[in-house]
Amino acid sequence: MMATPAPAQVNKVGLTKLDYKGAPSTLCQGCGHNSIASQIIAACYEMDVVPEKVMKFSGIGCSSKSPTYFLNRSFGFNSLHGRMAPLATGAVFADLSVRALGVSGDGDTASIGMGGFKHAMRRNVPMVYIVENNGVYGLTKGQFSATAEEGLQLKHQGVNQYMPVDICMEALAAQATFVARSFAGDPKQVKELIKIAFAHNGIAVLDIISPCVTFNNQENAFHSYAWGKDHEAPLHEIAFVPKLAEIQLEGEFEEGTVREVTMHDGSTVILKKLERDYDPTDRARAFQVLEEAQKNNWLVTGLIYINPQKPTLTDMHNLPETPLNRLTEADLRPRPETIAQINAMMF
Amino acid sequence: MPHKVINDFSITIGTINGSGSQTANVTLLRALFKMGIPVSGKNLFPSNIQGLPTWYTIRVSKDGFIARRDEHEIVVAMNPNTFTHDLAEVLPGGAFFYADDIKLPIGRTDIAVYPMPVKTLARAADVTPNLRDYIANMVYVGVLAQILGIEPDKIEQALSFHFKGKEAPIRSNMSVIQAAFDWAAQNLTKADPYQVEPMDATAGYIMTDGNTAAALGSIYGGVQFAAWYPITPASSLAEALNVYLPKLRKTADGKQTYAVLQAEDELAAIGMAVGAGWAGLRAMTSTSGPGISLMTEYAGLAYFAEVPVVVWDVQRVGPSTGLPTRTAQGDLTQIYFLGHGDTNQVMLLPGTVQECFEFGWKAFDLAEHLQTPVFVLSDLDLGMNQWMSKPFEYPDTPMDRGKVLWEEDLEKLNGLWARYKDVDGDGISYRTLPGNRHPAAAYFTRGTGHDENARYSEEADNWEQNLLRLKKKYETARGLVPRPVLDAVEGAQIGIIAFGSSTPAVEEARVLLRQEGGPKSDFLRLRALPCTPEVRQFVESHERVYVVESNRDGQLHQILTVALPDQATKLRSACHTDGLPLTARWVKDAILAQEVK
Repeated sequence: MMATPAPAQVNKVGLTKLDYKGAPSTLCQGCGHNSIASQIIAACYEMDVVPEKVMKFSGIGCSSKSPTYFLNRSFGFNSLHGRMAPLATGAVFADLSVRALGVSGDGDTASIGMGGFKHAMRRNVPMVYIVENNGVYGLTKGQFSATAEEGLQLKHQGVNQYMPVDICMEALAAQATFVARSFAGDPKQVKELIKIAFAHNGIAVLDIISPCVTFNNQENAFHSYAWGKDHEAPLHEIAFVPKLAEIQLEGEFEEGTVREVTMHDGSTVILKKLERDYDPTDRARAFQVLEEAQKNNWLVTGLIYINPQKPTLTDMHNLPETPLNRLTEADLRPRPETIAQINAMMF
Repeated sequence: MPHKVINDFSITIGTINGSGSQTANVTLLRALFKMGIPVSGKNLFPSNIQGLPTWYTIRVSKDGFIARRDEHEIVVAMNPNTFTHDLAEVLPGGAFFYADDIKLPIGRTDIAVYPMPVKTLARAADVTPNLRDYIANMVYVGVLAQILGIEPDKIEQALSFHFKGKEAPIRSNMSVIQAAFDWAAQNLTKADPYQVEPMDATAGYIMTDGNTAAALGSIYGGVQFAAWYPITPASSLAEALNVYLPKLRKTADGKQTYAVLQAEDELAAIGMAVGAGWAGLRAMTSTSGPGISLMTEYAGLAYFAEVPVVVWDVQRVGPSTGLPTRTAQGDLTQIYFLGHGDTNQVMLLPGTVQECFEFGWKAFDLAEHLQTPVFVLSDLDLGMNQWMSKPFEYPDTPMDRGKVLWEEDLEKLNGLWARYKDVDGDGISYRTLPGNRHPAAAYFTRGTGHDENARYSEEADNWEQNLLRLKKKYETARGLVPRPVLDAVEGAQIGIIAFGSSTPAVEEARVLLRQEGGPKSDFLRLRALPCTPEVRQFVESHERVYVVESNRDGQLHQILTVALPDQATKLRSACHTDGLPLTARWVKDAILAQEVK
């Protein structure tokens, strides 16, 4: 009897993991961004995302190249340096059933794109906004970025004298409704946070420390693998439970050790308490934890803040059921008889 | 009184910015329009909210000339700071009206002088004290009405329009006008020759501004997304979208088929519009020169990545912040090549308010057909001043959404298509839009080098072929943009080319040239760039062609010189910019000065 090959595993929308892949990466071997791309693929596969229902956005830089390395069957737009946020802001109006996923970097977001970034927050643009944060300009060969820590020494650059921009703090200050930080060396957490971000109705900022193995991976550098491994301080163990799935808490979860956050779409986030009980819906507490982390040099990770109930940018515009980009002339051009009325409204 | 001058003079009113004089000025303009007299209004205002001097010039012209004039038969002085200047501006034989609380010497005996008890009449008005300063301006409306013969019922119609039929302000303003009208009848004696009389020359016309027309045209063009950032003189275009979209573009169940966003800056405004255009929406932004500078990078990306988007540039005077409240046609060469590297942009040049409407909808058809940015260049004069205009005309062609493949199209093609392949030989490829569920629909858009399948490529051939295809597409655009309008006369000795708001001055100058024994002229009004073949034919068929425009360097002259190198020596530049709309007299003199050379 011939052995039939095991059928490739498919998810609920009938796709294999291969259907979520992209082109081969042209980033450096070991780049944190590659690991994040893998987790985006895994998260989308596990969440049964239809790739045609995603549009990818990026700016310019190593991070912004990465949207070609996942979700080949999704539309994508690799735009201008620092200008991803406005591009996505316009595009999300076309078809509300298509999810926007943006990948930016620390230069792209925290330097040249800071204005657009902050305004995407205050408008609550419905999109996942991942910052692959490595503290350095990779594609131009190793200059300091705005998130580089004070005192960082880089080859050819000397010592950084300025204070770093904290992307999560900036997002929070700008009224982001979802702020998380993770570490590319902690793929499990990265994946869960991506899932939660996808389920979030509004802007979801994921600041992922993603080491640059070529220009900024010295052991003592904040954005290195070694530092991250030694200093990561997760706020909680985090798990995403999709809508309709049964929540099963394992035996070791004692009462009072778990928090649940219900998302807008009915899915649930389970947060298991670690050293402390952290409430991610408390904005003041979120500021405090970021401030403490900065003061004590911790790489604090996890879901820092979430508000699942705020209306998004597109919610505010009272749009029709039919996607705007499928409306036709009959929907878009006022009837001929209106022209006389308009002329009569002029003097 | 030696003679009468009927319906052929200019009134200039000097006031203080922010004093509410704008209501009085447009009321006069509209009342004259309702009397059937051809009329134009030019607001000369400072970059300031309150306090600096401002002037408003109304020209009445029985012959229908609506260009700016720089001669003032009648001057109204309400501003003590400009009183002496304004007095000196009155033409000999003219009339000078002034607020009698300004105690400054007059000293001119060659003009008629009319003092007006502005404060006294305003104080008697039945309004709260905080409105008294505003309503004081209605005194000159009433006095002018009496002395010039403007019909009070037409003034009331104008006020009613301005206040949208609200009883209380109409009554209070009208009572001051009536009091001033009666006071003038009893206390002033007509001592100047200027008068208005009803005509029938504005029937069938409307009065509005180019920015309102542009917004309405965009709405009839199906605009779905507009992002903008406040800037004079473009703000009122986007604001008009916000006024008229809710009236015209809601579904039966009250949903909005559009979104308008005020962006954080112009970088973002065009970025949002490009995002929306890429995703299949009819998308636009509106700005002025400084905003165009900031939009340059995205304009280059949209050209290269082939994203349809419409950009309105309501031009003001540059370089730099320049004169933000004055007009110019100075962004032509910048936009023609807007973007680094080899970039060619498609430009529409509306010359009338009616054309602002028409190009409002046509720009979307062109942008989506060509999958490229389309720039519409208006200016402060056209955009912000009130113009008598032929009524807006309903679009006479169906919407052109361009080459878009949806699920069923891809099904027929078995999913075989290439985003940047020139299938039809016109340089325009097919595109798909986000939301398309066909597994072969998606492609990756980028500002970097790409092959026909939109894959990243640094191949020399791919780069060159792509750029050559974009050039071919620009040639296709040349065949699609609005043709110029030719006004030819028998035995013309010269040709004139002009565009946009310079048109009225050119049209009048052609008459003045003949009156002064100058050459007969043919006039080609350019309405778009790149140049269509008619431009070459026009230049080829004339010995000399004057290119008239409102900028320092003769930008259209430069563009035509490059476009028609073999004809370059025939092209003569007549350009001028001081922030004010061109006058017919200047155009005539500029042409005559070169004719005698």
